[in-house]
Amino acid sequence: MADAKVIPFGEEPRSRRKVKRPGRGGRRTALAPVPEPRRQEAPEQPSGAAGASLEQRIAGGLRFLRRRLTGEYEVDDFGYDEELTDQVLMSVLRPLYEKYFRVEVKGIENIPADGGALIVANHSGTLPLDGLMLQVAVHDHHPAGRHLRLLAADLVFVLPVINELARKAGHTLACAEDAQRLLERGEVVGVMPEGFKGIGKPFADRYKLQRFGRGGFVSTALRAGVPIVPCSIVGAEEIYPKIGDAKTLARVLGFPYFPLTPTFPWFGPLGLVPLPTKWTIQFGEPIPTDGYPAEAADDPMLMFNLTDQVRETIQHTLYKLLVQRRSVFF
Amino acid sequence: MGKVVLVTGVARQLGGRFVRRIQRDPDVDRVIGVDAVAPEHHLGGADFLKADIRHPAIARVLAETNVDTVVHMDINGTPLGGRGGRGSRATVKETNVIGTMQLLGACQKAPHVKRLVVKSSSSVYGSAPRDPAVFTETTPPKSLPSGGFAKDAVEVEGYVRGFARRRPDVAVCVLRFANVLGACADSPLAEYFSLPVLPTVLGYDPRLQFVHEDDAIEALCMASGKPRRGTLNSGTFNIAGDGALLLSQCSRRLGRPTLPLFLPTVTWAGTALRSLGISDFSPEQIRMLTHGRVVQTTQMRETLGFHPKYTTAETFAEFARSRGPGLLPPEVLARTVDRLAAVLPARSGPTL
Repeated sequence: MADAKVIPFGEEPRSRRKVKRPGRGGRRTALAPVPEPRRQEAPEQPSGAAGASLEQRIAGGLRFLRRRLTGEYEVDDFGYDEELTDQVLMSVLRPLYEKYFRVEVKGIENIPADGGALIVANHSGTLPLDGLMLQVAVHDHHPAGRHLRLLAADLVFVLPVINELARKAGHTLACAEDAQRLLERGEVVGVMPEGFKGIGKPFADRYKLQRFGRGGFVSTALRAGVPIVPCSIVGAEEIYPKIGDAKTLARVLGFPYFPLTPTFPWFGPLGLVPLPTKWTIQFGEPIPTDGYPAEAADDPMLMFNLTDQVRETIQHTLYKLLVQRRSVFF
Repeated sequence: MGKVVLVTGVARQLGGRFVRRIQRDPDVDRVIGVDAVAPEHHLGGADFLKADIRHPAIARVLAETNVDTVVHMDINGTPLGGRGGRGSRATVKETNVIGTMQLLGACQKAPHVKRLVVKSSSSVYGSAPRDPAVFTETTPPKSLPSGGFAKDAVEVEGYVRGFARRRPDVAVCVLRFANVLGACADSPLAEYFSLPVLPTVLGYDPRLQFVHEDDAIEALCMASGKPRRGTLNSGTFNIAGDGALLLSQCSRRLGRPTLPLFLPTVTWAGTALRSLGISDFSPEQIRMLTHGRVVQTTQMRETLGFHPKYTTAETFAEFARSRGPGLLPPEVLARTVDRLAAVLPARSGPTL
């Protein structure tokens, strides 16, 4: 098993990888992620135009404020508030993404520039930070500026505040109806078929993919005829090493698990600070699904085969990325 | 020979407007309005029959008048005339459920009846966090409405399905309307939006969908007439304006501030207010304002061939205009921000 056949990927040579790697000094300041205006273009501005750009930004901020206060913005049927996501939610997550986890993204070009696509990723980390980082990765790096619509567990939509934010960020319930509707509209949909089994697995089982649900995601992709993009996320497993599970407490609270980490309940809220691991998100080559006949979506054998193919691809990529990784933290 | 249309629930605003509208239809010869009380508004040239649909007398009306189209609009959440009006929740429930049973029984015995249109509501889907975000006509609700109007509507639809099985020669059309809003809509939701401060549930921002009164009436007209070429107007259809609005957006567009409360507090306050008779906000309404509800309208467009004139946002804008400004009118807020924008660059210039 160890010398498994390595499936070739659209692997970039090491030299072409992004050189931008912020210094370690930046980590300390990013411990408390604060909302920060998006300033990617700011350093490139000539110094003379700095005043103008500030004014522009103030004016832009006021326009934004005006629209928000008067309610003149659009949300779609799922409650996705694109403006709020772009301007506020992504800005809140970006420091965590850039400075804290220093996420390295590979193979972003495997997500098609238009039309629907289903991104299937591994799930880990006790809290679903991997989904959020995946969303930032697609949002910030895709050349066509695509937005990822994540499918989330029903628990997300039961919790107050969380459900409101999730809907506004474009997430929706992981069910075939919603996924189908989004894919037919040509959206990029992200799904983590391992679900609670994956995110809540003990630290000892890290990077071992769990069962991929019942493969519902494959039949949804087949029905919509969209490609499946396998995605492997390395680094999320170590942010909260789950070494124990308070099952009784979890049952009382109605959660699927109640994690015990080396820091979590012992240091109180301080234990909620994730470990600053170095992340890599690799998108694999898309698996086309439009070549199958219409009745293929109801063929269980084909479903299992495709599910296994996606699962193996992600697992192999995970192993490969782990071998390349120098350390958990750098 | 033209059609004879019987409309129930004409004492309501919407029923009255529908009666006046359907008389302009060239195919329609005679319109008979039925309700338990005489309407306060005029019904044009329609005949009004004071009859309670909960009593078997309705069968005689159907037999004597050779009615061929029945439009059942007497399915409501609140008693006529709002709170303090005639009857209680029990009476309303009886009119909804027993009234429908009697009416359907009468229709079954009336061989002339060729078409039945039922005004239902999208509340049959309930509102639950574990439901899909967008309901289609075939979505089974995860949790059936436990009581109130939504349960009535579910039961009414059940009886209508039974009727459709027993009388396959009758074209049955069930229209599930989203929240109807308009200049003269008198629904609990319209009442809610007229409050100076809108109590909301803390941590939830429901998606709401509206349909304009005019569109509701046009949809009913389309369902009660002959189907147009290439369309089919029997079956079950969701009727709603395009798009969705969040409750927070609604409050900002109305200019009425919100007061977020904890969910248990809201439920408790709702019960208290209801028992005092100040408001008749039912638990299902609170659930709707917690989890929201959006329906798919593809069937309405493609099969029924109905295209609403107003989107959800336009319906709401129309409604907001009819209600007058709230405590924080959006225009005032916009002007304040504009003034701020005019001042700020001048200030920020020298500091740099």
